[in-house]
Amino acid sequence: MAGTGIGARVERKEDFRFITGKGNYTDDINREGQTHAYFLRSPHAHAVIKSVDTKKASGMPGVVGILTGADIEKDKVGGLICGWMINNKDGSPMRAGAHPALAQGKVRYVGDHVAVVIAETLAEAKDAAEAIKVTYAPLPAVVDLASATKKGITTIHDVAPDNQVYDWHLGDKAATDAAFKKAKHVTKIDLVNNRLIPNAMEPRAAVGDYNSGEDAFTLYTTSQNPHVARLVLSAFIGIAPEHKLRVIAPDVGGGFGSKIFIYAEETVCVWAAKKVGRPVKWVADRTEAFLSDAHGRDHLTHAEMAMDENGKITAMRVKTRANLGAYLSTFSSSVPTYLYAPLLSGQYNIPAIYAEVEAVYTNTAPVDAYRGAGRPEATFVVERIVEVAARELGLDPATFRRKNFIKSFPHQTPVIMCYDVGDYDASLKKAMEVHDVKGFAKRKRDSAKAGKLRGLGYSAYIEACGIAPSAAVGSLGAGVGLWESAEVRVNPVGTVEVLTGSHSHGQGHETTFAQLVAGRLGIPIENVSIVHGDTDKVQMGMGTYGSRSGAVGMSAIVKALDKVEAKAKKVASFVLEASEKDIDFKDGKFSVKGTDKSVDFASVALQAYVAHKFTGAELEPGLKEGAFYDPTNFTFPSGVHIAEVEIDPDTGVTTVAKWTAVDDFGVIINPMIVEGQVHGGIAQGIGQALLEGAVYNDNGQLLTASYMDYAMPRADDLPSFRVDHTTTPCPSNPLGIKGCGEAGAIASPAAMINAITDALGHENIAMPATPQAVWKAAQASFAKAAE
Amino acid sequence: MYAFDFHRPSTLRQANSLVGKVADNKLLAGGQTLLPTMKQRLASPAAVIDLSGVPELVGIEQKGRNLVIGAMTTHAEVANSALLKGALPGLAALAGGIGDPHVRNRGTIGGSIANNDPAADYPGGLLALGATVVTNQRKISAADFFTGMFSTALDEGEIITKVVVPAGAKFAYAKFRNPASRYAMVGVAVAKKGAKVVVAVTGAGSDGVFRWADAEAALTKRFNAKALDGVKTPAAKGLNSDIHASAEYRSHLIGVMTKRAVTTASGK
Ligand SMILES: Cc1cc2nc3c(=O)[nH]c(=O)nc-3n(C[C@H](O)[C@H](O)[C@H](O)COP(=O)(O)OP(=O)(O)OC[C@H]3O[C@@H](n4cnc5c(N)ncnc54)[C@H](O)[C@@H]3O)c2cc1C
Repeated sequence: MAGTGIGARVERKEDFRFITGKGNYTDDINREGQTHAYFLRSPHAHAVIKSVDTKKASGMPGVVGILTGADIEKDKVGGLICGWMINNKDGSPMRAGAHPALAQGKVRYVGDHVAVVIAETLAEAKDAAEAIKVTYAPLPAVVDLASATKKGITTIHDVAPDNQVYDWHLGDKAATDAAFKKAKHVTKIDLVNNRLIPNAMEPRAAVGDYNSGEDAFTLYTTSQNPHVARLVLSAFIGIAPEHKLRVIAPDVGGGFGSKIFIYAEETVCVWAAKKVGRPVKWVADRTEAFLSDAHGRDHLTHAEMAMDENGKITAMRVKTRANLGAYLSTFSSSVPTYLYAPLLSGQYNIPAIYAEVEAVYTNTAPVDAYRGAGRPEATFVVERIVEVAARELGLDPATFRRKNFIKSFPHQTPVIMCYDVGDYDASLKKAMEVHDVKGFAKRKRDSAKAGKLRGLGYSAYIEACGIAPSAAVGSLGAGVGLWESAEVRVNPVGTVEVLTGSHSHGQGHETTFAQLVAGRLGIPIENVSIVHGDTDKVQMGMGTYGSRSGAVGMSAIVKALDKVEAKAKKVASFVLEASEKDIDFKDGKFSVKGTDKSVDFASVALQAYVAHKFTGAELEPGLKEGAFYDPTNFTFPSGVHIAEVEIDPDTGVTTVAKWTAVDDFGVIINPMIVEGQVHGGIAQGIGQALLEGAVYNDNGQLLTASYMDYAMPRADDLPSFRVDHTTTPCPSNPLGIKGCGEAGAIASPAAMINAITDALGHENIAMPATPQAVWKAAQASFAKAAE
Repeated sequence: MYAFDFHRPSTLRQANSLVGKVADNKLLAGGQTLLPTMKQRLASPAAVIDLSGVPELVGIEQKGRNLVIGAMTTHAEVANSALLKGALPGLAALAGGIGDPHVRNRGTIGGSIANNDPAADYPGGLLALGATVVTNQRKISAADFFTGMFSTALDEGEIITKVVVPAGAKFAYAKFRNPASRYAMVGVAVAKKGAKVVVAVTGAGSDGVFRWADAEAALTKRFNAKALDGVKTPAAKGLNSDIHASAEYRSHLIGVMTKRAVTTASGK
């Protein structure tokens, strides 16, 4: 599509500043008199802190201050919070252990914060940190997820003597059990969803600043949701009341969820700024990022699926154990529960589902939302068990899926969600065509001739985005509402500033949001700027995660634009001397029905501000409107990904030979940006399936704490993706948007493992399917074949 | 990083005198290993002597039957050298497979072999080719130079000036990359000169690069990958084992990579 409106491939407005080094990231911000913070971190996974002696360190060159858990306690700085209450099966609340920003009495993971040294330079802060004497009494580390709650295990938090955070369930157990009793066939699988480390390109950073003249704080930080950060720092941690605390999240270089949360470091920087009377800056180095960014995934799951004699799925039973790490991070509790189990119906008509989730503490970094958050885990369960079931039944996996697809909408699943719209057959059909599934048999023969194993795997995923109806999530335990806000400010010359509560950290909002506004008001896209990430400029907002900025953030802008248009029509009616109801607005022009009288948008804007054509009794001057949009339902992006792999059985190397994605994201604002989101998501999912995995040793030391050992996907690990779409517009929001930010990461791990197991001829391979693991599995395939 | 004194000699003579004079010094070549170690405060030399200002240490030339590579020649220069691509393409390819473009544009052959990382590529290539390491004091054969994990025959104050590689061998290096670091998880260099075949294995040995005698014997009889069928790969004992690869897997990969190197070296 030509032009710059909805559907156009507009180049990203923000990229010029990013690729010419003109971005303004937190580390680019330097305040007058700034000091540097260095965190002394625990080398032990689990230990009692006997004493912290800072005497010698305090006298070292350049040291401005050293603060410890004792200072946090003295100043009554509140602990870090978990903002989603999950109840146990018996209705009792989850067991949330205290999480002080600097450790008090105990450290619970390698990287836990023991003290902060604030000095004139970072090097001086590090020198002084080396001189702090901490006496630890090490305790046994609880590292293994499977045995974290076994009898007699060491307690991590006193509130949870057996290390269990909660024991939660969803669905109808009796109905599910009954369906299993009647089943003709039952498929069972055990899965590991490997632990991932987010690795945003920009590491976390914070600059805390205190203005004693105004008794007000400013925090510059790498946040996906600066208003939520301010709310938590103000209402729970108690740094300052909201009107005395400004949080600015400037350009942010990637988040993937890891920058949603309110961490110890920014809390300490803003608190310490007042204590030392100087701005305090901290920037994570890569090792700190590995150790202390919230990790993702980390589930163990046993799943069972029941089928009748016609190959129809009748029920599913899922039991998952989720690792939440040493402390409950901001939204951690919701990820393996309400962001996970309600997606276990997948794209399928499953009459009964019962899911049980036990979340546990371990002496590892906290685990929280990471691109997809719960939905990749659910998709992995559903799409693996469906694939295995089809193989056991001797059915083609595409046919088996089609047979069980939901075909009429709205569809109420047995696990909360009511799917509004979709056409799963359409995406499967298109994906199979685009991929040339028909040609697979020949490609497999050709591979075999070259001594290679070839496999093909599907993933027909669904996710819930556009989080979320506030009342609904409130009833499920969320501590906040999940609406979004916007303000559209029309300037007297007709240019427009949009203040959005969404936050862009790679998504391209400055482009897509401007496309919406320019198209609607009929003005050049250059005349629109998007303002975000500053609590002093932007009204309260909820930020960006869960692929919500299109469906929720843009819907708020639409609401504000509706109001702007209504007000502008009033102004135009005075300018054109016509009745308001006779004014039409189209292509940037206000005109009087049935006449050739018209006035353009910019002139109306000017008239709104000069206010010469109407009196104060008739109309308020100005043209600026705000709106809050609370969604009425989740949105349900879905689609089909097909992975095709070739395995070298001599080495175990898996090559991704071909990849097709056909997604239904509803209405697409900018196809180029959407494709970029899909590409990145698939890359992350392939990373999870083939390469990535956090490994702790038995003592709780992170063995994968650098790129020497943590394998990130690189461009040459990936094929060229074929990305296509089908479209069923979302009925619950004004633009018909569903969301696209996480789909790739949600769909791809299951497609990859389904392809690898197809090639191997057996199911025994876990993620990451490294060359070593695949080589071993291929040996097993040959042994099986030789039998 | 701790504070240190910085010296930048502009001749080899100056460098020689500085290494003898300056207390607790470290030579700096491409800095790809030394600088990260210093930044992490794992190394803290009182002084750093930067060799990048010494022009005599850079360059690749043919001298009679030998190819001579200056110690400060970068991996990228070796990889892109027209001379090497013609005379010893396998060595150019080896250098072209080290790390990533940043690393190849900074890292040097001298720095790499002085460091003797057990997962580095050059030690395998140079041992197979029978290269000689020339220092400011003497000549050391590759066989004597690499003495174990991160250790070499270099004495205090000794500066590698060049590496002399005999030309005329059929040579190839087959590398199985560590999926994370892309260093060699197993790298096998095979050289055949006249009747003599040398098979050098890097990345796998817990003591650094080593020769695989059984493969050499089989390949001396018949220089073909098939000659290795049935030859037992080196015992897992003595091989590295880590989260990426067990010793057994490494042992298996030595066999696979040796065959691939032989096939490439024999031009088939
Ligand atoms: C991301 C990354 C990936 C890498 N991947 C690979 C890989 O795949 N394969 C591989 O083989 N290597 C790899 N390397 C290592 C790299 O190629 C360099 O060879 C290595 O870091 C050392 O070379 P340098 O010139 O940087 O030496 P420096 O780091 O400057 O020095 C290393 C050591 O050698 C000493 N030294 C340097 N020059 C001399 C000299 N002339 N005489 C005596 N001593 C000297 C120094 O004092 C120091 O102790 C990688 C490095 C990085 C950072």
